[in-house]
Amino acid sequence: MKSEFTLKLERCKGCGICVSFCPKQVLALDTLGKVYVANHENCIACGQCELRCPDYAIFMDKIKKEASK
Amino acid sequence: MIERSYEKFFRQNRLPHLWCPGCGNGIVMKAIVQAIEKNPNFTQDNTVIVSGIGCSSRASGYMDFDTLHTAHGRAIPFATGVKLANPDLNVVVITGDGDCTAIGGNHFIHGCRRNVDLTVILFNNNIYGMTGGQASPTTPLGKKATTAPYGSVDRPFDACKLAEAAGATYVARSTAFHVQHLVKTIEDGLKNRGFSFIEALVQCPTAYGRRNKMGEPAKMMAWMRDNAVMKTAWDKLPDDKKIGDKFPIGLFYQAEAEPYDAAYSHVQELAGGGVKNA
Amino acid sequence: MSARLMQGNEAIAEGALKAGVRFFGGYPITPSTEIAESLAKMLPQVGGTFVQMEDEIASMGVILGASLAGKKVLTASSGPGISLKQELIGYASAAEIPAVIVNVQRVGPSTGQPTAPSQGDVMQARWGTHGDHSIIVLSPWSVREAFDIAVKAVNYAERFRTPVILLTDEIVGHLRENVELPAEVEIYPRRKPKISRAEGYEPFTPDDDLVPNVANFGEGYHIHVTGLTHDETGFPVGSPKVTRESIKRMHEKISRAEDEIIEVHQEFMDDAEFAVVSFGGTSRTAYEAVLNARKRGLKVGFVRLVTIFPFATKIIRELSKNLRGLVVAELNFGQIVYEVERAVQGQCPVKLCAKYDMTIFEPEEIEASIDELVAEVN
Repeated sequence: MKSEFTLKLERCKGCGICVSFCPKQVLALDTLGKVYVANHENCIACGQCELRCPDYAIFMDKIKKEASK
Repeated sequence: MIERSYEKFFRQNRLPHLWCPGCGNGIVMKAIVQAIEKNPNFTQDNTVIVSGIGCSSRASGYMDFDTLHTAHGRAIPFATGVKLANPDLNVVVITGDGDCTAIGGNHFIHGCRRNVDLTVILFNNNIYGMTGGQASPTTPLGKKATTAPYGSVDRPFDACKLAEAAGATYVARSTAFHVQHLVKTIEDGLKNRGFSFIEALVQCPTAYGRRNKMGEPAKMMAWMRDNAVMKTAWDKLPDDKKIGDKFPIGLFYQAEAEPYDAAYSHVQELAGGGVKNA
Repeated sequence: MSARLMQGNEAIAEGALKAGVRFFGGYPITPSTEIAESLAKMLPQVGGTFVQMEDEIASMGVILGASLAGKKVLTASSGPGISLKQELIGYASAAEIPAVIVNVQRVGPSTGQPTAPSQGDVMQARWGTHGDHSIIVLSPWSVREAFDIAVKAVNYAERFRTPVILLTDEIVGHLRENVELPAEVEIYPRRKPKISRAEGYEPFTPDDDLVPNVANFGEGYHIHVTGLTHDETGFPVGSPKVTRESIKRMHEKISRAEDEIIEVHQEFMDDAEFAVVSFGGTSRTAYEAVLNARKRGLKVGFVRLVTIFPFATKIIRELSKNLRGLVVAELNFGQIVYEVERAVQGQCPVKLCAKYDMTIFEPEEIEASIDELVAEVN
């Protein structure tokens, strides 16, 4: 995994902005309309999701190579 | 628990904010605190956030500074009072298109004219959101609103051109899509000593996008991505290419001019009252 | 200090400055402009700030911002300008921001008679802004008193954290008298927080006198100020209980201090069978009318409302018990007379002596009303 997600679901309003701008279809909305990480292995840690989240509900941290070894 | 250092500028107990799902206001509010974080002269104790009335103006309540949520259209006069009464304070104004260019239009142009040292960030969603979608002075021609059910025939303002003509010394535009650019634009606006005006285009999926069949919030942001043209490129664009929904973003104008508080300190010196000794 | 010839408007500027006003925002309008002109000159001499704004609304907004940033503030206007200021007078009331608004009354409605005297804004001073609110309204009758009342207005604004209307008129505003002004006056200082943020400071928690000790901006308290109904924290709350308590407290912070605030100037009341009630510039004529009537053997007293609101209900009610009748002289179609009637509760007849033709009262006109009243009750 290249990234680690912190989701604050109490803030997520399910607008779908993070889902739409993710270039690798990593994220999706669940039945209740909240974000979840559907395909973590595809994440390239670009941070587009966090960048445009209007609700500060998703945080993405790159996992440093040394740490992931 | 905060995840990012800029979050310390939010009143965590006030979040989540009241804005609709997909509203761009949250993106711009974050950009403002990120820009503030990059400026060591702006602290939580010496910065005042002043807002008017409307969706965008609710931002002040979420920001952990001295904050002033004024009356509709009146943010700039209040902010002028704060700045002139205590020039050591940094004053940031958050306003909307109705607040700033309609009911507060006169205050806006005169704030620019005096070059009061304020950083004014206009959240432009092209509509009156809080009251449910009435046409604003920035609603584009032909777009629908509850008060323009057949499409707006009122010619819209270009708030940046207005600010420049009125005397603002920093004028720029960005969008909720171009987040890094937006942060940089606000950061530069904060640095300018004088009236800085930043127009941030934001999507209003609820009251504007839906009525105008603009799709999901992300689609409205994709529209910003596809139609915004950086100023440098825009200037090279032939007129026949400046068509459709295309619009320029970036820094439009910057000038050196004495801010009002400095100008008035000369008056105090002339009058023999010195500076800030009251 | 030696005596100086000065105008009522100038005396207001002098009083405001002496009381600690260091910020004025205004817009030119006759007959109040001399206040702005005087302060444009004097404020920078003491390190204060004068700013001429783009309109009356902005003039009100700029002083409220300055007040929140720690300065004592004043604005002045007349007629249409005062109408425009009403929105933010309400904001000052709701957000509890100290501010003094001088209204040098002229004939209305609308543009009316721009330089002619009137007292037609009495009820506007009390009820001009929308919503339930409480306010203090004071009115001077002389140049010297214009100074004193300016000081008092600033002190009340600070003490009660409320807008205070200094309701004068063209008569007093443009009156010139030789006055001696005191070198020092009593000053009510800006209220300060009594506890720190760490100790749980809330900006709108009322003190024992029901007035909150709101911190100034820039003092590290990170307060939130809004015109929305808010609780002690300053943040908006959509609760019936908070709304009820907030409106109630903002009335009571002033009403419980009424006995201190209400000032009524009385003369010749010991043996009075009748009395003339008046205020502001009209009181000057009323005083002469009372003197003339007494010379003619009529036992007429003089009652001048220095504090217009809160209204001197109890005092007028008590007086009326021992009177055979009251004349209310005011330079309008009849406004404060209704307050007097409400206070009197029918204990004696109340006769209105109204005038609304650009000219001030002649003593004979008020005397005529006294004579009519005497004839009616005899």
